[in-house]
Amino acid sequence: MEQENTTSWWRKAIQSGVIGGIIAILAGLIGMIESFHARDIIAGRISMGETLLLLIVIGFAYSSSRNEQLPISTRVTSGVITGVVTSLMIVLFLMLGAAVNLRSIFVNASPALYKILTLEIANTSLAYIAIIVIGAVVSLAASLVHAATPFWKRIISSGFAIVLLLALLQDLIRISLTPFPFITSVLSWMFGRRGQEGLSILGAIVVFLIVAGAIYNDAKNGAARRARREALPEAAKRTRRWVNWGLLGLFLLIWPQIAGPVLSDVTNSVGLYILMGLGLNIVVGYAGLLDLGYVAFYALGAFTMGVLTTTGGEIFFDVRWTFWEALPFAVIVAVLAGIMLGIPVLKIRGDYLAIITLGFGEIIRIMFLSDFLKPYFGGSFGIVSIASPTIGGIVLDSPQTLYYVILAACFVALFVAHRLRDSRIGRAWKAIREDEDVAQAMGINLTATKLLAFATGAAFGGLSGAIFAAKLSTVYPHSFTLITSINVLALIIVGGMGSLPGVIVGGLLLAGLPELLREFSEYRLLIFGILLIVMMLNKPEGFVPEAVHKREFHEDENLSHAAGG
Amino acid sequence: MANILTTETVTKRFGGLTAVNTLSIEIPEKSIYSVIGPNGAGKTTFFNCITGFYKPEEGEIVFNGRSILGLSSDQINHRGISRTYQNIRLFSNLTAIENLLVGQHPLMKATLFGPIFGTAATKREEKAALEESLRLLNFIGLAKKGDLLARNLPYGDQRRLEIGRALASKPKMLLLDEPTAGMNPNETEEMTKFIRHLRDELGITILLIEHDMRVVMGISEKITVLDYGEKIAEGTPKDIQGNQRVIEAYLGRGTAGQVNH
Ligand SMILES: Nc1ncnc2c1ncn2[C@@H]1O[C@H](COP(=O)(O)OP(=O)(O)O)[C@@H](O)[C@H]1O
Ligand SMILES: [Mg+2]
Repeated sequence: MEQENTTSWWRKAIQSGVIGGIIAILAGLIGMIESFHARDIIAGRISMGETLLLLIVIGFAYSSSRNEQLPISTRVTSGVITGVVTSLMIVLFLMLGAAVNLRSIFVNASPALYKILTLEIANTSLAYIAIIVIGAVVSLAASLVHAATPFWKRIISSGFAIVLLLALLQDLIRISLTPFPFITSVLSWMFGRRGQEGLSILGAIVVFLIVAGAIYNDAKNGAARRARREALPEAAKRTRRWVNWGLLGLFLLIWPQIAGPVLSDVTNSVGLYILMGLGLNIVVGYAGLLDLGYVAFYALGAFTMGVLTTTGGEIFFDVRWTFWEALPFAVIVAVLAGIMLGIPVLKIRGDYLAIITLGFGEIIRIMFLSDFLKPYFGGSFGIVSIASPTIGGIVLDSPQTLYYVILAACFVALFVAHRLRDSRIGRAWKAIREDEDVAQAMGINLTATKLLAFATGAAFGGLSGAIFAAKLSTVYPHSFTLITSINVLALIIVGGMGSLPGVIVGGLLLAGLPELLREFSEYRLLIFGILLIVMMLNKPEGFVPEAVHKREFHEDENLSHAAGG
Repeated sequence: MANILTTETVTKRFGGLTAVNTLSIEIPEKSIYSVIGPNGAGKTTFFNCITGFYKPEEGEIVFNGRSILGLSSDQINHRGISRTYQNIRLFSNLTAIENLLVGQHPLMKATLFGPIFGTAATKREEKAALEESLRLLNFIGLAKKGDLLARNLPYGDQRRLEIGRALASKPKMLLLDEPTAGMNPNETEEMTKFIRHLRDELGITILLIEHDMRVVMGISEKITVLDYGEKIAEGTPKDIQGNQRVIEAYLGRGTAGQVNH
C-alpha cells in the first residue's frame, strides 16, 4: 500500500495533467476560449478566456496535490507536474496546429484561438516557453495553498472568488450605480476605462485586500461579536432581525429603479424561474418525486392566461377577462392538471416516474401546437395581445412595473413553501422522499400526500406561467420545451434539494448569470452539465443545503415558529 | 384474556416458494408474543402480511374484532398496529424529533391551509406534537439527541428511535422485527428490559420476531416457532425449550448453540 502510494503519485499527477490539457484544448476547440476572450476580468490584462485556462490549470494542480497521505513536498511536486503537463499539452496542440490545418475539422481552431493560447507572443518558441513557465508557476501557487493554514486558505479562496465575481458582474454593478453619479465617480478607479470591461488592477487588489481584511477581522473578532449578539436580550435580537429584513425589503422595493429596464427584465426572468423552482422544489425536493415535465404546468398557466384575456386564437373563448380575473383560473387549471398527472403515476417510482412526467410535458406542448386545437390556442402562432395586469388604473406592462407582480408572487410562494416545510404535510412529503414504504407503514396516505405535492407544485408553475404570458403578452408552444424543465431542475440541484434559499441562489446563478454574461448563454447547457457533475462529485447536497431544523434546544422560540412557519 | 390479533391459515407465496404456510396464531391482549425460527423461515414475511405490505393469498387476519385483510399499510396503522424493521429503516435525513413527529402523522389533522394561514388549531396541534416528541425522546432515552439527524445516531439509539417512531402513533399493538439484531450482550439485555418496560408501562401488545433464543425465552409469554413457513411448535418458553422439532430445526441450520442458553 505504502509502496504503491509512493511509486504511483507521479503517474497520477501526469494523468491529471493530461486530462487537464485535454479539457483546456476542448474548451478551445468548441470556441469557448475565444468567445470568453471578448470579456476582460482584469481590464486590458486578463480576459475571461485566459481566466478559464488558468482555472483549469489551477483546478487540476490543486486536486492532484490533494492526497493528504503524502508529504507536502511530494504534493507540491505532484501539483507542479500536473500543471506543466497541462501546459505541455497546450504547447503540443499549438505545434500540431502550426503543422496541420486543424480548421478543416474544427471550425474554432482559428488563428484567433492560437493567438490567445500563444499569449499574443509572435516568436513561437518563446511563446511555448512562456506557456510552460506560467503553467509551472500557477500550479506551484495552487499546490502551495495546501500548505497554508485554514485562515490563509480562506483568504485566498474567498479573495479570488470575490474578485472574479465582481469582475464578472461589473456590468450589473455599473448599471445599478448609474443613478448615483457621485458613487460612480468615486469608484471609477476600480473598473477599467470606459469601453473596457472588468476590474482595473488596482481595483482587483483593493477588492482582494478588503476581503482579506474582512476575513481577518472575522477571525479575530467574529467569535466575540457573535457571542455578544447571542447575549443580547430577546427583544433586541428581534429588532435586529426586523431591521435586517426591513432593509432587504426596502432594497427589493427600489431595485427596479436602480436597475433600469434591461436589468429589471433580467430580474423578472430570474423571478419567474425562482417561482417555478419553488414549485418544483416541493415535488422533487420535499417529496422526492422526480418530475421532468414540470414545464407543462408553466405552459398551462400561460395558455390559460392567454385564452381568458384575449379572443383566444381564431374563434371561440371570446372572454377578454382582466389579468387578475384570469389569474386564479390559470392556477386552478394547473392544479387540476397536476392532480390528473398525479393519479396515474401514483404507483410509479424513480426513473419510471421521470420518464412518464417527461412525456407528459411533451404531450402538453404538442397539444398546444396541434392543428386540431389551433382554433383555440393558435397552433405554432400562439396567442397574442395578452392583457397586462393593472393596479388602480396603472397598467403594469413595463419590466420595471411588472417586477412588483413577480416579486409579490415569489413572496407568496416562498411563504407557502416555508410554512409547509415544517408542517404535518411537509414532514409527510419528506418521509415519502426518504422511504415510501416506511412512510406508508407509519400511517401516511400515499395517494393523498403525493397528490397534494403535485397539486401545490403545479400551482406555483401555473402562477409563473400566467405571469410569463402577461410579461411577453404572447405565448407560443415553443417557449415550453423540455429545456425549461431541465433548467428548473438544475437550479434546484445546484441550490440544494429541498432548500428554499437554495432555490433563490440556484435561480440567480443559473437563470441570472447566463442572461448577464452573453458569452455564457451560448455554452449554457455545457456549463450546466459541468456544474452539475462537479456538484454531484464534490457537494451533492447543493450550494445552500437544506437546513437541519433544530427544535430541542430552541423549544420556546421554535414552538411558535414551527407552528406558524 | 381476549385475543387482540388472530390469523387463520395465512399463506403467502413467492412464485413457487411458500414463505408462510397456513399459519394460524392467536395473540392475547397485552401479551408479549414471539415468533421465532431459523433464517428464511418466513417471520418477516408474516409481519409484512399483518402490516399490509403483502396481501396473503389465503387466510384471514382479524385485529381487534375486525378483519384487516386487504387494507393498505397506512390504514392498518390507523387501526392501531405499528412496526419496526429488521434492518433499521429510519427517515435518515430527518432529525430524531422529526422522525417522532412523522410517527404522529396519523393522530394529527392539519393539511395544506391550516399551516399556510397559521390557524390557531394548527399551531396548537403542532405545539402538542412537539411536546409529545420531546416526551417520547425522553422515554426512549434519547434526550438531548433530538436535533441529530437519524443517520448520525449510534446503532443502539437508532433501534430505540425506530421503536419511538412506532410508538408515536399510539398503537395498540407493536411489531418488533429482531430488535436486538447486531447488538452485543449488554445492549441486548438493555433492549430486553426496555421491551418489557414498554408493555408494563404502556399496556400495549407486543409481537416480537427474534433470532436470539435467549431474548425470547426471557420475556415471551407465548412463542410460535416457524420453519419453512410452517408452524412447528407453539407454547410457553418452557414447552418450546424441550421441543424436539424445534431443536432439530435449529440444529439443521447449524445454530444449535442458540437453543440452550
Ligand atoms: N419479496 C420477496 N420475493 C421473493 N421471495 C421472498 C421475498 N421476501 C422474502 N422471500 C423469501 O421468503 C422466505 C422467507 O423470508 P423472510 O420472511 O425474510 O424470513 P425470516 O424473516 O424468517 O428470516 C425466504 O426464503 C426469502 O428468500
Ligand atoms: Mg426476517
